[in-house]
Amino acid sequence: MSKPSDLVQGTLDLLVLKILALEPLHGWALSQRLKQVSGNVLQVSDGSLYPALHKLEQQGWIRSEWKPTENNRRAKFYSLTRLGRRYLEREAANWERISAAISGVLRLTEV
Amino acid sequence: MRFEHWVYTIPLRLRSLFKRSRLNADLDEELHNHLACQIADDISRGMGMEEARLKALRSFGNPLLVREKTRATWSWNYVEQCVRDVRIGIRTLSRSPGFAIMAILIMGIGIGANAAIFSVIRGVLLEPLPYREPGQLVSLFEHQTRPVDAGYSNYLPVAGGNFSEWKKATTAAQMAIISTWHQYNVSAEGGKLPEKVDAAWCSGNFFSVLGVAPALGRVFIDADDRTGAAATVLLSDGFWRRRYNSDPGIVGKTIWLDARPFTVIGVLPSSFLYEGKYGGGTDQLWTTANHEAPADFMTSFGDRGFVSVARLMPGETLSQLIDQLSAVQHQIKVEHPEPSVSDGVQGRTMLEDAVQGYKTPIYILLAATGCVLLIVCLNVAGLMVARAATRSKEYAIRAALGGGLFRLLRERLTESLLICVAGAGMGLFLAWAALQWLVSVRQDMNRVGSIHMDGTVVLFAAFAAGLCALISGTISVFGSKQRQILASLKESSRAHSGGRTRASLRKTLLAVQIGFSVVLLVGAGLLVRSYQRLRSTDIGIPVDNVLTMRISLPGARYKTPEDWAAFFERLIARVRAMPGVETAGLVSTAPGEGWGGNRMMSVVEHPPLPKGEGFDILLRGADPGYFAAAKIPLLSGRSFAMAERLQRAHVVVLSRSAAKAMFPEEDPIGKHLADKQGRVYEVIGVVGDTRWYVTEPVHPMLYMPIYGNDYSSATIVVRSSQPVEALAMPIEKFVSEMDSDLPVSDVMTIRQATAKSTVDNQFDSFVVLAFAFIGLILASTGLYGVLAYLVAQRTGEIGIRIALGAKRDQVLGMILADGLRPALIGLLIGLAVSASTTRFVKRMLYGTQPLDPEVFAGVAVLLIASAVLACLLPAWRASRLDPMQALRTE
Repeated sequence: MSKPSDLVQGTLDLLVLKILALEPLHGWALSQRLKQVSGNVLQVSDGSLYPALHKLEQQGWIRSEWKPTENNRRAKFYSLTRLGRRYLEREAANWERISAAISGVLRLTEV
Repeated sequence: MRFEHWVYTIPLRLRSLFKRSRLNADLDEELHNHLACQIADDISRGMGMEEARLKALRSFGNPLLVREKTRATWSWNYVEQCVRDVRIGIRTLSRSPGFAIMAILIMGIGIGANAAIFSVIRGVLLEPLPYREPGQLVSLFEHQTRPVDAGYSNYLPVAGGNFSEWKKATTAAQMAIISTWHQYNVSAEGGKLPEKVDAAWCSGNFFSVLGVAPALGRVFIDADDRTGAAATVLLSDGFWRRRYNSDPGIVGKTIWLDARPFTVIGVLPSSFLYEGKYGGGTDQLWTTANHEAPADFMTSFGDRGFVSVARLMPGETLSQLIDQLSAVQHQIKVEHPEPSVSDGVQGRTMLEDAVQGYKTPIYILLAATGCVLLIVCLNVAGLMVARAATRSKEYAIRAALGGGLFRLLRERLTESLLICVAGAGMGLFLAWAALQWLVSVRQDMNRVGSIHMDGTVVLFAAFAAGLCALISGTISVFGSKQRQILASLKESSRAHSGGRTRASLRKTLLAVQIGFSVVLLVGAGLLVRSYQRLRSTDIGIPVDNVLTMRISLPGARYKTPEDWAAFFERLIARVRAMPGVETAGLVSTAPGEGWGGNRMMSVVEHPPLPKGEGFDILLRGADPGYFAAAKIPLLSGRSFAMAERLQRAHVVVLSRSAAKAMFPEEDPIGKHLADKQGRVYEVIGVVGDTRWYVTEPVHPMLYMPIYGNDYSSATIVVRSSQPVEALAMPIEKFVSEMDSDLPVSDVMTIRQATAKSTVDNQFDSFVVLAFAFIGLILASTGLYGVLAYLVAQRTGEIGIRIALGAKRDQVLGMILADGLRPALIGLLIGLAVSASTTRFVKRMLYGTQPLDPEVFAGVAVLLIASAVLACLLPAWRASRLDPMQALRTE
C-alpha cells in the first residue's frame, strides 16, 4: 500500500466533500472520480478512502444511504449534509487563503 | 450549529452503539462492492478475470487493514474494545481456574475487611448524631489540673453547683445537664414483673437543647424541673413498646418508680440516643434532676454528678466557651479550695464525646485492614507475575506478530481489574456477614446501631478494587520485560537458570509482604498479651464459682436504716441456709463492679492536716460474712461482729494499701479515723486489697458495716463448691417471696463480670490476630509459590549440579537459603517498622510495653518457622531431583 503524501492525507477530507457536493456517490464511484479529476496526481489507495468516509459520516458532514446503482447492485451512497456543505465552504475558503499565501512565498525570487 | 450537529450525529451514534453487528455487515458489503465494481469495470475493458481480481486487490490495499482502520473511526470503539478485553480476560482466567479462584478469594478477604471497617468508621465515627444541627452541640466537663490520684481522669463529671454558676455566667450557649447513671425499680403492675431500669436525670431544657421532638406527648419544660413540681417521666421508644405494648394512650398515665407515682408525659422517638463518656445508651427513662436529686446535690461544688451538654450560639466557638467557663470555675475554686472541687473546664464536641473510647481501636483496626489489603495486593501481584512468567513466550510471540505494547498491557490490567471486581463483590458479601456478626456481639459499643452498608460502602469497595487492580496490575506489568522479545524467545530453549529477574521482583514483593505481616503479628501479639494479662489480673479474690447479684430497696417502702438492715439480714440468712451455698455475704460494691463511692478520711491520732486535705479512700459497706464469702484474706485484727450495726456501726476494716498509706510505720488496729463530718471510726482489722475495676490499679479501700451506714442497696456475693449459676434462680425466688415488687439485677458470676469489662480488649485482640494470621498465611503461601517456581525454573541447573557431584543436602541448603533470604529481609523490615509504630497502640495495652521483647521474639520465631515450613517442600523436592530426568526436561 503506497503512502499518500502528507498534504494529500490532510486534504483528502476536503476533496471527498467537494466531490460529494456535486452529486451523491458510492465508494467505488467516488474513488474513480477522485482519480479522474486529480489526473492521477493524487495517488490514493482505494482502501484508504473508507476510513475517511466513515470518519466524515461520524462527524455529521456526510450521510449515507443504501440505494440500487445504475446496474442494479445495492450500494452505499454518500451525500453531503447541510452541515457538511457549510464546513466545505469554510474549509475551501481556508484552503484558498493558505495556498495563495504559500504560492506567494514560493514565487519570491532570490536576490 | 451545535444543535444541528447533534441532529445528524446522534442517530448514527446510537446505531453504532446498538447495531454493531449490522454495521459490521454493512461495512463488509461496502468493501466487497468496491472490489466487485472494480473487477467488473476492468473485465468490461477486456481484462481476464484473475488478472482483474489481482489488480483490484493491489490498488485497494489490505482489505482486513482497511476494515480495521474504518472501524476505528466509529464512535464507541473504545467501549467495544473494552468489552473485548473483558471477554478475553474472562476467557484466560477461566482457563486457569485455580489461579482465578485463589486470587479472587484473596482479594475478597482484603476488600471485605476494609469495606467492613469503613462501614464501622462511617457509622460510628462520622455519622452525625441524631439531633438538630449536631455540629453546634458540645459536651462540657470539669478538669483537675493536678490529678488527685489514679482513680480520677480528665473529663470529669460536673457538680450541680458549678453548673448553675456556668449557666449564669454565659450567654454563648444554651446549657443543659444530664446524669446518666441512675436506676429505678419499675413496680409490678397489670401482671407485669417488677424490673430495674437504667435511667437519667436531666435538666428541663435537655431535650430542647438537643432539638429532639417527642414521638408522643411532650418533652420536659423548665417547670417540670423543680423540687416541688409534679413527678414526670419520659419513656424510651423501646421501653414503651416492650413494657407497654406501644400503648398509644400512655401519655398522662401513672407508672410507679421506686414505689413513687410518676406521670408519663411523652415517649421519645426510636432514633433518639444519648451516649457520652459516662454512658447513657442503656437509659430507658428520663426524669428531671431538680425533682429527683437532693437539694444539696444540686448545689454542691464538689459532688460531680452530671455531664453538661451545650448548644453553641451562632458565631460562638467551643474554645471561647471553655475560656469563659474556666474563668468562672477558677473563681469557684478560689472560694472553695477543697480538693474535691475542680479548677478548670474541658469540653469537646458531642460526637467526639460519644466515640472517644472507640477512636483508637477503630483506627488501629483500619491500619490492620489496610495492611491486609496491601499484603493482598502484593500477593495477587505476585501471582500475576508468576502467571506472566509462564506466559512470557506467548506474550513474546504476540508482540513479534505485531501486538501493540499498550494493547498487551491493557489486557493485563483488565485481567487484574476483573479479579479485583469479582473480589470486591465477594468482599462486600464478606463485609456484610462480618458486620452482622459485629453488631450481634458488640451491643455494648456506643452507636453500634448506626453501622450499616449502603451505596457509599459499595462505592468504597469499588474504589478499593480499582486501586488494587492498579497496584497489582502495574507491578506485574513492570515485572515483565516487554522490550526483550527476542531474549525471552531465546531464553526458553537453552537457559538453565533463567527467569531470574522475575523471581527477584517476586522476592522483593514477598519481602514487603512479610514485612507487613510482621507488623500485623507484632500488633496482634501485643494486644493478645495485654488481653491475657488482663484476664489473669488478680482482682483480689478467687473468681471461680462466685455469683453476684444486686438488690436495691426503694426508699418509699423501706424508709429507715432499720428497715434496710432487717431486710438484708433476713435475706442473707436465708441464702446462707440454701443447699449448695458454701458462704455468702453482702457488700455495697463487689470487686470489679466499679468505683462505688469515696470519702476523705484523716487519722485522729496523727497531727491535724491542713484544711481540705486527707486520704481519699474508696468506701464499701460489708456484712460480717463478706470477707469469708469473697475470700479476702484477713491480715490482722478481726472482721465485723454481728452486733456492730446501726448506732454501733462506727468500726472500719482497712485494705492493705489503705493501711500502708495512712499508717506507714505503725499498727493501725485500735487507731481512729475521722471523716469531714466529724464522725469517728475505730480501725478493727486489715484485709487484702481488691480492685474496683479490672483494668484499673488498686486503690486504698475502707469497709464499714453495711447495716447502718446508709446502704439501701447491696450486692449479694455467693460462693459455692458446685457450678454456681444454678443458684441464681432459687435466690431470685427468695427475693420475690420476701417482696414481690423487688427486682434483682446484674446476676452474673465474677468471672462473667470481668469478661464483660474486658470484652473490648478481647474483641480487638481477636480481630487483629485474625488479620495477622491471614497476612501470615498469604505471605507463607506466597513464599512457597515463589520457591516452587524457582525450583521448577532451575530444574536443569540443579540437575547439572547434582550430576557434577553436588551433595543433596548442599542443594537443599542452597534452595532453603534462597527462599529464606527474602523472609529474613522482610522480618527485619517488619520488626523495625513495628518498633517505631507500636507506640500508637500503647493506650490499648494493659500491663504490656509497646516494645515487649517476648512478643517481638515470638513473632520472629513464628515467622521464621512458617517460612522454613513454606520453603522446605520445594527445597526437599529439589534435593531429590533425579539428575538424568532433570537434564532431559525442557
